[in-house]
Amino acid sequence: MTGIMSSRTTVIIGVVGLIAVIGLTFVLEPFRNYQLATIAAYLCAVAGLTMLTGVNGQLSLGHAALMACGAYCYAFTANGLAEQEIEGPVLLIVPIIAAVVGATVLGLVIGLAAARLHGPYLAGVTLAFVIALPAVTSRFSDVFGGDQGLWITVERRPEFLAGRGGTEMFQAWVAIACAAVVVVLLRNLMRSNFGRQMRAVRDNEVAAALAGINVARTKVIAFTVSSAAAGIGGAVMAFMTQSASPGAFNLFISLFLLMAAVIGGIGTLYGALWGSILLVVLPDVIGSITRGLSLSPEVAQRLDGNLAVGLFGAVMVLVVIVAPFGIQGLVRKAGHQIRSRGSLQSAPHPK
Amino acid sequence: MTPHDTGPAGAPPRLALRDITVRFGGLTALESVSVTVPAGSVVGIMGPNGAGKTTLFNVVCGVYKPTSGSVEIDGRAVRPRTHNLTGLGISRSLQGLGLFGGQSVLDNVVAGLQVETKHSFFEELLALPRATRSEREKKERAMATLASLGIDAYAAALPDTLPYAIRKKVSIARALVSKPSLLLLDEPAGGLGHEEIEELATLIRSIPGNGCSVVLVEHHVDLVMSVCDSIAVLDFGKLIAQGTPAEVSANPAVTEAYLGVDAA
Ligand SMILES: Nc1ncnc2c1ncn2[C@@H]1O[C@H](COP(=O)(O)OP(=O)(O)O)[C@@H](O)[C@H]1O
Ligand SMILES: [Mg+2]
Repeated sequence: MTGIMSSRTTVIIGVVGLIAVIGLTFVLEPFRNYQLATIAAYLCAVAGLTMLTGVNGQLSLGHAALMACGAYCYAFTANGLAEQEIEGPVLLIVPIIAAVVGATVLGLVIGLAAARLHGPYLAGVTLAFVIALPAVTSRFSDVFGGDQGLWITVERRPEFLAGRGGTEMFQAWVAIACAAVVVVLLRNLMRSNFGRQMRAVRDNEVAAALAGINVARTKVIAFTVSSAAAGIGGAVMAFMTQSASPGAFNLFISLFLLMAAVIGGIGTLYGALWGSILLVVLPDVIGSITRGLSLSPEVAQRLDGNLAVGLFGAVMVLVVIVAPFGIQGLVRKAGHQIRSRGSLQSAPHPK
Repeated sequence: MTPHDTGPAGAPPRLALRDITVRFGGLTALESVSVTVPAGSVVGIMGPNGAGKTTLFNVVCGVYKPTSGSVEIDGRAVRPRTHNLTGLGISRSLQGLGLFGGQSVLDNVVAGLQVETKHSFFEELLALPRATRSEREKKERAMATLASLGIDAYAAALPDTLPYAIRKKVSIARALVSKPSLLLLDEPAGGLGHEEIEELATLIRSIPGNGCSVVLVEHHVDLVMSVCDSIAVLDFGKLIAQGTPAEVSANPAVTEAYLGVDAA
């Protein structure tokens, strides 16, 4: 599996892709830029989750809660800074760092508990965090703002952007920058010895330990890193929506993140990208289809939201059956075929 | 006591198990078993299925804690911790295969070099030169080990795509790559054909030449008899015989408990 794509090729694809996406933000209308930013925010969390589940074999249904942790840490810090009348890059960067720190600490705590658990037990514990979130925010509503959540004072777009793409373009830039950092760091990890440790623990814990791998430590670190990534995703969401509320990070979001990772191709960062794109594009497509059907308002309202969940579930079942390595698996297969056809053509014909 | 208790220069044995007892609930898997492995020797452990051979390895490796008894390495009592074993120079191959199915042959073998990891987690996170250089060096060492076993051609393959005998070699390569001074082999001949077992025997005989002791758990009587300096025979968790291959094969208790069963 290694060496299919050389290190240099992926770096080139990454840099070119990044430049292309930034260029795209100049031509997209504001609403599309906002969608682009949403994709990037999801990508942070899905990338962390695909590493945790696909590479390390730990199943988490709690990543929405970790995103929420990031969002609230962002909110507390940003509002605190704004009260001190601090603006500029500080109002953007410090809250994001706070989100990372907060999600890392929460992830470490869950990870320590998770290291001794497997499969459904781990899923159950992480699920509990998502389920408990609304109760926590309403119990301590003077801190978390109850069901409504918190409004956040965010850093406005820099002056020089005024009149161009506006706020949404700035949001997309911030989101893309965060996602790029997350993806690059996770990629480094997955290709390093730690990546090998995670895969070894996933494949065979006893053999991993005998090879000299501290199984519990590997699991805790993987969970913590994955949580930090989810925390950044939550921070970006908070920055974009200028709010942090329990409803934005419910169980559905956890399931969507997991489905995105599976549909995209579990355990790969490209897969996380495909999955995150689907998370934003698919509901949009469904929305325009149902609108085109001119359904009665009652039916339309009932379909709204539920249809996306159902369709995602259906797509995931389909993917698990026909393409177990997800979209990225199909992309890879196609790439192989194109390359082998190319090499056949370039090979000298025997006379 | 026995001539194997100490090495030639009176050095402590590489590994000494003293009065090891392991109970799983009501079942006594090992009862007061003592085995010594002098430096540079090949010690065989035989016994029918369920005799407690793998359990003995698991005690050495810290997978199970003995109910009583002690483990000594180079004359010092230790409480083994599984992931620290390679740091003590101890490698083990698992019964069956125990390979990492989702990783290439090369990655499987590189995984055996954890003890060589000197850089920090953050150097890996940032892909700093020390981390990437260490990866490259490990891959070179793993390739050399694969080549020494004649299976370097399969480095990029996934284990499941390969014949059983080659997978078996991969698991031995993973144990050998860290250049251990004590190698524990759990039924390395299991599932192998006649010629492959001959090859394995040659390999095992060559290992002590590198200053490495070997403990060989094996069913295959001919293999054990031909490569071991001394043999311990377990039956229902009890040590029923210990000595040179000649002594053990002449022991009537062994013939009854093990060889007899085999001959019948
Ligand atoms: N973790 C365990 N829990 C309960 N019983 C065990 C466990 N491990 C081994 N045993 C039992 O201990 C005995 C010895 O097993 P083992 O050491 O695997 O035998 P073998 O000599 O075939 O390698 C068997 O009866 C086995 O069922
Ligand atoms: Mg056994």
